[in-house]
Amino acid sequence: MTQPLELARQTLLDGPGLNERALSQVMDKLLSSRVDAADMYFQYSRLESWVLDDGIIKEGNHSIEQGAGLRAVSGDKTGFAYTDDLVLPQLLEAADAARAIARAGQSGREMIAARGDVPQLYAALNPLESLSEQEKLELMRKLDAAARAADPRVQQVTVSLVAVHDTVLVINDQGQLAGDVRPLVRLNVSVIAEQNGRREQGSSGGGARRALDFFLEEERALGYAREAVRQALVNLEAVDAPAGMLPVVLGPGWPGVLLHEAVGHGLEGDFNRKGTSAFSGRMGEKVASALCTVVDDGTLPDRRGSLSIDDEGTPAQHTVLIENGVLKGYMQDKMNARLMGMPETGNGRRESYAHLPMPRMTNTYMLPGEHDPQEIIASVDKGLYAVNFGGGQVDITSGKFVFSANEAYLIENGRITAPVKGATLIGNGPEAMTRISMVGNDLQLDSGVGTCGKEGQSVPVGVGQPTLKIDEMTVGGTAT
Amino acid sequence: MNAGEIGQLQQIVGDLLAEAEKQGASSAEAGVHRQRGLDVTVRLGETETIEHTNDQGLGVTVYFGQRKGSANTTDLRPQAVRETVAAACRIARHTSEDPAAGLAEAEMMASEIPDLDLDHPWEIDALQAAGIARECEDAARAHDTRIHNSEGASLHTQSTLFVYGNSHGFIGGYPSTRHSLSCAVLAQQGDEMQRDYWYTSSRIPTGLEPAHTVGIEAARRTVARLGSRKIKTTQCPVLFKADLAPGLLRSLIGAIRGPALYRKASFLLDKLGEPIFPDWVIIDENPLLRQGMASAPFDNEGVTTRPRKIVDGGVLQGYVLDSYAARKLGMQTTGNAGGVRNARIDSTGESFEELLKRLDTGLLVTEMMGQGSNLVTGDYSRGAAGFWVENGEIAFPVEEVTVAGNLRDMFQGLLAVGADNQIPGSIDTGSWLIDRMTVAGD
Repeated sequence: MTQPLELARQTLLDGPGLNERALSQVMDKLLSSRVDAADMYFQYSRLESWVLDDGIIKEGNHSIEQGAGLRAVSGDKTGFAYTDDLVLPQLLEAADAARAIARAGQSGREMIAARGDVPQLYAALNPLESLSEQEKLELMRKLDAAARAADPRVQQVTVSLVAVHDTVLVINDQGQLAGDVRPLVRLNVSVIAEQNGRREQGSSGGGARRALDFFLEEERALGYAREAVRQALVNLEAVDAPAGMLPVVLGPGWPGVLLHEAVGHGLEGDFNRKGTSAFSGRMGEKVASALCTVVDDGTLPDRRGSLSIDDEGTPAQHTVLIENGVLKGYMQDKMNARLMGMPETGNGRRESYAHLPMPRMTNTYMLPGEHDPQEIIASVDKGLYAVNFGGGQVDITSGKFVFSANEAYLIENGRITAPVKGATLIGNGPEAMTRISMVGNDLQLDSGVGTCGKEGQSVPVGVGQPTLKIDEMTVGGTAT
Repeated sequence: MNAGEIGQLQQIVGDLLAEAEKQGASSAEAGVHRQRGLDVTVRLGETETIEHTNDQGLGVTVYFGQRKGSANTTDLRPQAVRETVAAACRIARHTSEDPAAGLAEAEMMASEIPDLDLDHPWEIDALQAAGIARECEDAARAHDTRIHNSEGASLHTQSTLFVYGNSHGFIGGYPSTRHSLSCAVLAQQGDEMQRDYWYTSSRIPTGLEPAHTVGIEAARRTVARLGSRKIKTTQCPVLFKADLAPGLLRSLIGAIRGPALYRKASFLLDKLGEPIFPDWVIIDENPLLRQGMASAPFDNEGVTTRPRKIVDGGVLQGYVLDSYAARKLGMQTTGNAGGVRNARIDSTGESFEELLKRLDTGLLVTEMMGQGSNLVTGDYSRGAAGFWVENGEIAFPVEEVTVAGNLRDMFQGLLAVGADNQIPGSIDTGSWLIDRMTVAGD
């Protein structure tokens, strides 16, 4: 198979008719101010999406984004400009705008050969063409039928299918060239069920850096349809959620959004360099219970949050953030690593060429512990068992974070009883982490659905965890 | 942006529509935009980032009878026009016959395009922008000795040109600008660290609040949070500060949007003509507001936009529909393709201090966290921070609590809307006093 770098060169340089001489000219311009670092990020991204609603294929969209982002960095100052036109005059104009961040001049550096031998974590394929249109739509219709057949209370079914083929090329001031071809697919089923005039929704899906046949393996897609229906039916029976402090048991997998919010963002390098995080200056200190080991791992093959190289060309890594409760590492991009004198960790990510890179998570999860999940539930007299969540948010400065359960149950006398309505859980990151008193042996990663937002930029991420128990957390229901 | 550029974009829309017809579409619609801007951030007195933004894009939707397909790209060159139309046509070969699909009705097209005074470009360079941001951050940092750190102050300015056309022969476009200044600072007291922010935005550079005012307000809000604590779980009245109240109106709007209704996924299903608020509540929409942050002379389908009442006497008067949703519901479009433009709820006249007196004892919410509102059921549960109020006076700052209820009850339990709006944005509302919600804490 052709290497991603070669494919990226063909798409992003040969396609628009740019050569190394032109790139050197642009880089020279970027470097003609006194800058510490500079890079150019070329991107060509194709996206195709389909929506089935009301039993018909209602919408389809095809989208192309292309452009180049040029950045000059001087100390902790950044100049940035981008263009949608991959032609020399526009690139030179953008370089001129970006370099204005620094004043005095310096001479450019020579372009050197590309870097190689980075392990490829996914195939450089085009997922848009991995199934025929007929096959894509047939799959969606099959899920609609399956969801409706699963229960007569199902009233509405919406299925969405998205495939992205993203090609990027990074050229930095050292003349290093890195390229990546990133497939990404996502399928979602959401349903509305009705019973005695009450309506509730359920939603399930998954995704990966794979071809679309990912969804056909092991009836994966049908699993989403069944799961969406199951959730909606559970919610039809849900009673008011409790309000107040309770022991909370979180199920495995997607509830790992806890870690993403409670510790993940707070351990991103930029916040810690600036001293704005509740975790700032706490390296080497105990910030979680000794049962907790949390990692950020961009190297898991085919995962939604994985990257062979990050958006600055740094190979993805497995970074230990917290080991047995002790803070061990931050997630870094190049600029923050340099300014903090710390190693780069391959976490420099950006939404697109039109955005600046910054430290972002990849796949963030907690390693398994020793407890049987049943034992964990049995240990709770009165508490909440939450297995599915919507989004979350964190104030990294105060450490306060929330995440919203959309499938949860009461635990009474060590047994799971009634389902409860969705409720927001709120806590303080460092505090909640020290209250983790049991960790299960059942680590799961999420099904490939996560999207993380930071400073207006969205990137795909993964989360995961084993079943775990937090001794006390505020549950935001209405039943007092 | 100038008239010449509008002409260029109109040409591209014309080319897209002509190409769609050539490739066999029975009708089509297309939009093109170009946006330029500058974003400058100053942190701890030094320029941190200078970003030049420069976006463009075109999008086309083609109809083959009742089947449709759409495509878009950031490339505006002639070859991209052809390829994008071809991509949309390819999609349309696979979508289903949908009786509700199609352009908005020809007679609904805006016949004239009023000038809403939305275009006030700011000829400012990065150095000048940094100067304003620095003044803002300096004011915040000087305001209180407990302000020890900063996320910086940012000045943002952008100019947008947008042209839309469809095969009814409608074509319209207009330039608009948007400027904003924001500041976020941190305060420390012992081990506790808090952060808050403030901002101002306007269509006109001179419409922005003075830089030092924004900085001081950011600092004031941040320092006020020091000493925050949790409270016991309770049920009490809740006052949502004016800058958060738009979120509650957005929940209303989300629940009366077309897709929520025809999918029966709304807690306000079949509530048209029914009381959903107390009888004094009036909510209107004015898309033609001069210099309004969400104003538009026509909607995203070329349909005339006009002022209307969404709620009058507490009764729901209309939904938020585009032509597709309207056909699904057997109704007429409300000119809301692209959303609600400049919603406003009438105030009951109280100042913020008067609202505190009326709240008497309860929670004043000044920050919300997370999503946590379910528009299918109306169930509402979100993270919050703010202040505990006793006998009409602010007693102490509160954090790490949730406020929960059902939006249906919250709307019916609305006791007052303050005359205390500081930020004239796309949703204009004062603070909301709600009779009773569950506050979960310790």
